[in-house]
Amino acid sequence: MTTKDGSVLISAKNVEKHFKGKKNTIKALDGISLDIKKGTVNVIIGPSGSGKSTFLRCLNLLEIPTGGQIVLEGVDITDPKTNINLHRQKMGMVFQQFNLFPHMTIMKNLTLAPVKLLGKSQQEAEQKAMELLKRVGLSDRAEAYPSQLSGGQKQRIAIVRALCMEPDVMLFDEPTSALDPEMVGEVLEVMKELAKEGMTMVVVTHEMGFAREVADQVVFIDEGHLVEQGTPEDIFEHPQSERLRSFLAKVL
Amino acid sequence: MSEWWQGFLDDFTLNFIDGNRWKFLVSGLGVTLEVTFLSLLVGIFMGTIVAIIRATYDKQYQEMRPGFGKSLFGIINGIAKVYLTVIRGTPVVVQLLIMYYIVFASSNNKVLIAVLAFGINSGAYVGEIVRAGIMSIDEGQTEAGRSLGFNFVQTMWYIVIPQALKNVLPALANEFITLLKETSVSGYVALQDLTKAGDIIRGRTYSAFMPLIAVALIYLVMVMFFSMLVGKLEGRLRNSDH
Repeated sequence: MTTKDGSVLISAKNVEKHFKGKKNTIKALDGISLDIKKGTVNVIIGPSGSGKSTFLRCLNLLEIPTGGQIVLEGVDITDPKTNINLHRQKMGMVFQQFNLFPHMTIMKNLTLAPVKLLGKSQQEAEQKAMELLKRVGLSDRAEAYPSQLSGGQKQRIAIVRALCMEPDVMLFDEPTSALDPEMVGEVLEVMKELAKEGMTMVVVTHEMGFAREVADQVVFIDEGHLVEQGTPEDIFEHPQSERLRSFLAKVL
Repeated sequence: MSEWWQGFLDDFTLNFIDGNRWKFLVSGLGVTLEVTFLSLLVGIFMGTIVAIIRATYDKQYQEMRPGFGKSLFGIINGIAKVYLTVIRGTPVVVQLLIMYYIVFASSNNKVLIAVLAFGINSGAYVGEIVRAGIMSIDEGQTEAGRSLGFNFVQTMWYIVIPQALKNVLPALANEFITLLKETSVSGYVALQDLTKAGDIIRGRTYSAFMPLIAVALIYLVMVMFFSMLVGKLEGRLRNSDH
């Protein structure tokens, strides 16, 4: 876990993602720069199709930016010579669709990467996994398969799976969008806990309540541009741009 | 009636009992099973590799960074495509004969040659089956693996391939059954498999009915037996379908 000391953990510099179509080029991201400071919770908001998920996926190179740089802890990970696999270990990711491995038990889901990638023993990895499972209240489901869990449980397990790699930063790609309304709370609760402990987080979400309550920095992205960024108060109480105002009018 | 029965018994004795001719069938059956199992192993090995190459190409090639690796991968994919086209576009008997008379002209290990010929042939079909299996696995699985820090090969090996194989297991089992019957052309290179054994008996006794029907029945029983196993397997997979 990290603590706030004002140092920059991830620095996105002028990130571009252009998809070349047959007739025209689609600019999903058109030069976004953003600093993610250690120990802060950064919430990215914006209309669907604005490029906010694409931007998040660029941070750990699930999407390879067509321009610009991503610097993680001083290393330019967009440089083709960088071993991206090593750097991804430090960036946990949680997906909208959970993406648990359906052919493995929960315990196996949680221990596979620590054992194979961090060189932990199975016992060590299981101990750590169990500890985290207890914290999200799912220690009794260690031997279950993902299909036996509810959506909210799956997402909590997915968060634990990422945490088992002891990452420096957690990326959340619309973690509650695929959940039934009554399960959103339990997942947000886990995320709030995490934020309290000082985990650096980048969260793409439509949960404005979460952004308001937990975020240190809120970023508004629209049509591939970073339109506004600031504290929750800046963004929600004193929006500067017309686009942000009309977006907030629709979602609040 | 009893006259017909007597004739049947005489025919049976002539073809199977006299000169211990049943032993041809037993050893022939052994060869057939040996060639089938080993070919299957070669086929699954080759098929899985080809499937990974082809599926990776379809999914990832556009996203790859330009350079030597990308060019090399393009060439490897080309080779895989040629393999699939040639093997699936020519009869297995012709492939077997080419193996025996041209590629391994200096070798006389017929079982090995047959295993390679049938295995390479089967690999092309297995390759397309497994490729379909890989393509059926949600992209999110790959992304989850990569985001944890697994490289491409590890993601394939631990996460995608186990799920893909499970999905296509029934199709693979059917390929095995097809392969079992396909090995009946082994006689073309004088390998004494089950079919050839029946033919040898026919050649000695000048009686076609008994040995050929016996051979057909043995194939049928084996296919029914393996089909039953496949059915059980599918049932068990469904039960553990988590």
